Amino acid sequence: MLFELKKVSKRFPGVEALSDVDFDLRAGEVHVLFGENGAGKSTLISLISGAEKATSGGMFLRGDSVELGSVHEARQQGINAVFQEFSLVPQLTVEENLFLGSEVTKGSFLDKAEIHRRSVRLLEKLSFPIPLSKRVAYLSRAEQQMVEIAKAFRTEPSILIFDEPTASLTERETDRLFALIGQAKKACVGIIYITHRMGEVRRIGDRITVLRDGRKIATLDAAACSDERLIELMTGRKITQVFPRIKFNPGALFLETRHLTLSSGAARGISLSVRAGEIVGIAGLVGSGKSDTARACFGLEKISSGAVLFLDEDVTGFSPRAMLDRGMFYVPPDRRSEGLMLMRGARENIALPSLSQPCFSGNLFLNRRGETAITRRLAERVDLRPFNLDRELLHYSGGNQQKVMIAKALARDVKLFIFDEPTIGVDVGTRAAIYGFIRDLCEAGAGILLISSDLPEILHLTARVYVMYRGELRAELEGGDIRHDVVLSYFFERDAA
Amino acid sequence: MNVAWIKHTFVRLGVLPFLLVIALIVFTLLSGNFLTVNNLVNVARQSTYLMLVAMGQMLALLTGGFDLSVGTILAVTSVVGALAMASLNGAFPDMAWLAITGGILIGFGAGLSIGIINGAGIALFNVSPFMMTLGMASVGFGIALFLTGGIPVYGMPDGFGATFGFARYFGIPAPIYLTALFVVLIYVLLNWTRLGRYLYAVGGNIKAAQLSGIKTSWILFLAYVLCAALTAVSGLLLTARLETGEANIGAAMPLESIAACVIGGVSLRGGVGRLSNVVLGALFIGLVQNGMNLARIDSYLQTVVIGILLILAVVADQARLRLIAEMRD
Repeated sequence: MLFELKKVSKRFPGVEALSDVDFDLRAGEVHVLFGENGAGKSTLISLISGAEKATSGGMFLRGDSVELGSVHEARQQGINAVFQEFSLVPQLTVEENLFLGSEVTKGSFLDKAEIHRRSVRLLEKLSFPIPLSKRVAYLSRAEQQMVEIAKAFRTEPSILIFDEPTASLTERETDRLFALIGQAKKACVGIIYITHRMGEVRRIGDRITVLRDGRKIATLDAAACSDERLIELMTGRKITQVFPRIKFNPGALFLETRHLTLSSGAARGISLSVRAGEIVGIAGLVGSGKSDTARACFGLEKISSGAVLFLDEDVTGFSPRAMLDRGMFYVPPDRRSEGLMLMRGARENIALPSLSQPCFSGNLFLNRRGETAITRRLAERVDLRPFNLDRELLHYSGGNQQKVMIAKALARDVKLFIFDEPTIGVDVGTRAAIYGFIRDLCEAGAGILLISSDLPEILHLTARVYVMYRGELRAELEGGDIRHDVVLSYFFERDAA
Repeated sequence: MNVAWIKHTFVRLGVLPFLLVIALIVFTLLSGNFLTVNNLVNVARQSTYLMLVAMGQMLALLTGGFDLSVGTILAVTSVVGALAMASLNGAFPDMAWLAITGGILIGFGAGLSIGIINGAGIALFNVSPFMMTLGMASVGFGIALFLTGGIPVYGMPDGFGATFGFARYFGIPAPIYLTALFVVLIYVLLNWTRLGRYLYAVGGNIKAAQLSGIKTSWILFLAYVLCAALTAVSGLLLTARLETGEANIGAAMPLESIAACVIGGVSLRGGVGRLSNVVLGALFIGLVQNGMNLARIDSYLQTVVIGILLILAVVADQARLRLIAEMRD
């Protein structure tokens, strides 16, 4: 037994985040932590990685009781964590970040040549193609994630912790990461892996521990348990179907782009269309330009040539406000940076895009009674939990924050919704609920443009799919052609296949 | 149980109620004249000037910036207003009210123009609020000194000081009425209008605000213009009280106005703050200054106390955030 937790509890004033959890990790296994947002997974790994201290219970490393006072102490014991929140300094270069806190020195000066040599060797070993002298701020999210992972592999760890590491990685990078995890397993490293993706549990998991409401529900062999069983254990109820059946009824043409090319070059010559009553997907790798295309339609990216038509009107280069007023709504992928005011409550967040609507304000003053009534109804509709309209959103789980994002879009009269990665970092229960809303909107006659890196989402929800590759449209698929292998075949270099 | 109650109050209301109670007790013990109606009315009047500026500062802080030029806005308003009033009074000695109205408008316009430049720099040219307002502080102070040669401006009509500085109605000084009016206006602005909500939104998450169709640069611009407007009103009232236009009346204002806001729980990161607490914060600083005067504490040492209080308030705010984080249920 490499590592063990016995009857561990963690109390924050007023709440028990973990209660009496037993957990054990064997050398050379991948142990998946599974649970909804707020189930206690993050608390558990913050205990193991030394970021927080347990209120009661014992931790044992190779049979000996250990106390981890800080992340630094945990590192010295060989416990390395790759957190979701990046622990990188944006202003420093990749190699400076890799060795941050344990710089190689010659006397009392930095040995920059040696740091460079070791960084090169490290990235070669991992075969991550990241420029070493580039500042982290200029890297893409996926590249930052790779640097973060490389940091964990820099020393020879005995325990590796991953918190949803593939959220921003492409298929190929994910394969690479899984190969590395495989190597680490052979080297008898114990790996704790948090994910919401069923496919990953199947691919690399050896054992699974399911948490719910801060308690351990079960530890199972990954091979011996079905998806349905896992979801039932996790949610405590049966979710028969994550993806809803949707009746498409394509009507009038809502959105059309003609040979759209962006100044940034992220998308070139894009012509697509979205009709009323249908869900149109844009699939592709991270960085393929699918998000940029949608943002350009909403007036967030500069357009160098081509045209955007919305409801038979040329809206090329209009501002987000003008697009909102015409009935388009864009739900961004990143709740923290673009979506929400985290220090304000649900009421103000939901109302924000709609304050100019008559039911929210008159000519001069806000109609706060109307605002409260409407936002209350919307928060009930998306099932915000805990239900409190004025509690700061930063105290809510990711799933509930995402519900607020959806509620924002429901607060005004919208003809065309653009959902950009609507279920990133969201648990299965919330995911099913969000798909339900998208279905309802579509069946009520709205047009929906769905941008997603999550292939099952594209496969199950859309009536038509565009696949983008390196800023260009590769394919348009419809009906029976929307199959896993077909869509995926357009994701990558054709000549290479 | 008592400790829990104190903790609860601290988390809910911040450090301000504790500071107010402590200040009241300490100064009452130090001086017998402190806790009299007369003195408390006096404190309220003295605090109005800071209160107006702190309200303006709050608008800038809500958007995630701040305004270091409030001191020179005060100075420019005072100097330009006094010069205009004095020369109008000299030209038309029989029409005092023409001089007063003209001087007020010209002084107000001068102060406002600094806010307009601040807002334009920050909203249009993306200059950081720190550099922009620090730069304008230097520009404004230089202009005020240049115009006066560092000498106080006299020659305003007597009616100006008498009406806006010294008059009392029902025993309450005129500046208090005016300030109360502005408190109500700003309260309504922040809580009952779209502009108010947008100020919070821009400081809360400027990208989310943009995606919600808000013209964020216009809101930023307005924040600094409104800040300057409130500060200019304060400058005019202070000029009326002093009956002179002076270039160095606002030197302590940037610090004191930010202190009033921070003690009142306004977040330096933007998006969070309540007007009532800012008003109390300004009142608290006035109370401390008055108490220290009565207790005959050296005026140089008083600035030391104000600085320490500001830092203590920030430390307490950090402790409060930690408590909130621990208490998230």
